[in-house]
Amino acid sequence: MSRNGPLALIFHTIFVIVMVAPILVVCLVAFTPEGYLSLPTNGFSLRWFRTIANYPEFIHAFWVSLGLGALSSLVALLFAVPAALAISRYRFRGRDVLAALFLSPLMIPHVVLGIAFLRFFTSAGLGGSFAALIVAHVIIVFPFALRLTLAAATGMDRTVEMAAVSLGAGGWTLFRRVTLPLILPGVISGWALAFIQSFDDLTMTVFLAAPGTETLPVRMFLYIQDNIDPLVTSVSACVIAITMAALILLDRFYGLDRVLAGKGDTGR
Amino acid sequence: MSMAAEERSLRAPWVLTAPALMLFVGVLLIPLAMTVMLSFHDWGQYKGIEPVFIFKNWHEIATDPYYAEMFWRTFRIAILTTLLTALLGAPEAYILNRMSGRWKSFFLLVILGPLLISVVARTLGWALLFGGNNGLVNKLLMSLGLIGSPIPFMFTETGVVIALAHVMMPFMVLSVWAALQRLDPQIENAAMSLGAGPATIIRRIIMPQIMPGVLSGAIIVFSLSASAFATPAIIGGRRLKVAATLAYDEFLNTLNWPLGAAVATLLLAALVLIVVGSNALIERRYAEVFR
Repeated sequence: MSRNGPLALIFHTIFVIVMVAPILVVCLVAFTPEGYLSLPTNGFSLRWFRTIANYPEFIHAFWVSLGLGALSSLVALLFAVPAALAISRYRFRGRDVLAALFLSPLMIPHVVLGIAFLRFFTSAGLGGSFAALIVAHVIIVFPFALRLTLAAATGMDRTVEMAAVSLGAGGWTLFRRVTLPLILPGVISGWALAFIQSFDDLTMTVFLAAPGTETLPVRMFLYIQDNIDPLVTSVSACVIAITMAALILLDRFYGLDRVLAGKGDTGR
Repeated sequence: MSMAAEERSLRAPWVLTAPALMLFVGVLLIPLAMTVMLSFHDWGQYKGIEPVFIFKNWHEIATDPYYAEMFWRTFRIAILTTLLTALLGAPEAYILNRMSGRWKSFFLLVILGPLLISVVARTLGWALLFGGNNGLVNKLLMSLGLIGSPIPFMFTETGVVIALAHVMMPFMVLSVWAALQRLDPQIENAAMSLGAGPATIIRRIIMPQIMPGVLSGAIIVFSLSASAFATPAIIGGRRLKVAATLAYDEFLNTLNWPLGAAVATLLLAALVLIVVGSNALIERRYAEVFR
């Protein structure tokens, strides 16, 4: 195969620099020793990371986001695993419609979902509650949980299951001892990808969160609306670090290329 | 298969999908229907939401030029963002695909990784880079002699399009990348052996084959850009309203929920029409590629 020419490599270099620059600049400014927005030219300092401790609303928002992401991804999987098994193994009437319905939160703009959930939960008397946030997040992360579980269930070797059935296993035992262990990498990756989606969501959550249930992206957004200072860059740097950790987890269990390739279908 | 087993295999998929189906009907379809209904309700400063069926909000959106301008801005930003990602993302995917194994996976990670990083953090990065007249981008462009005076990026459509293109770029690269994986490298070699130059190969061999990838990437980028919230809100500021930020304002500042619901319903309807329509067009035009 022919190699890239010098022009192509120059284009590529500029492209990569532009892609990385905004993320890099946030992480660099977070380490500034100055009291204003600036690149850390006079040495690195952790002062803005220590300042986060003086803002309990950011710490509280972090715990809300963490709990929300972990719980809603788990609940989504409880619904998605049986649905994925049904869709991957049975050809039944309505199967395509169901699959389309379950993936539809990818196609509906999050601003519309935010409005719909705000209206719905306010009428139900649950406006601004943590329970409402959990349910809403279960819906938006469901497609990601479903898709990775579905991929694992479709690619699974059915003969092992048949062997277990011939040895007398059935029902719950079959699922717990044979099927689940086999699809577990897909399920864990589905959980991790769902967690990232929940942890990062701003557009829908901004409609639902109330003081006390504000998530980290919502808190950051509302803070940025008022003013941009190094504090919000150090918070962002922490968020980027957490996402990186989840990315490494995903890469270990599943291979990042497969996860991202799955994400490319968004909106189709 | 015995009768009992056959019956079980007919019932099993419904038993397995029932919980998820109930969840989706109960807390997705019903809330969406309620939102559409809400757009027909009346609202007043003092009386609040009145559950009647009138076309007041729709009439207001159809006749007040403010909304036409806002929707036109929304779609203009989405179109420019889509063009920018296609013009830069498609060549980059092609270059990536020609790299050797280790570099390829490294740069793929660098370019696609941001997809999973918080949109607020990425947009904040652009706000820092743009930052008024003394922003880093302006300083760099001026020192390179590319511009004479600083370009205003913050609170302008230019800035929103650039930041949004950065946020959406991974989707385009990924989509073109997927199309390139289906391409047989021998065709390129065959064209070369028949005397085609690099420009001809790109125009006659590569372009037609990756076009479906570019177009499906464009649909994703367009629909996500048209409904984007964080980037227009942070870079565009309070005055440069797009559909999503306007709906947010109606819901959480002016509290005119019925009008906000009408804006959201219109956005959803327009996007579904555009996405379904262009998908059908692409599939008909490139039926042989998808087969």
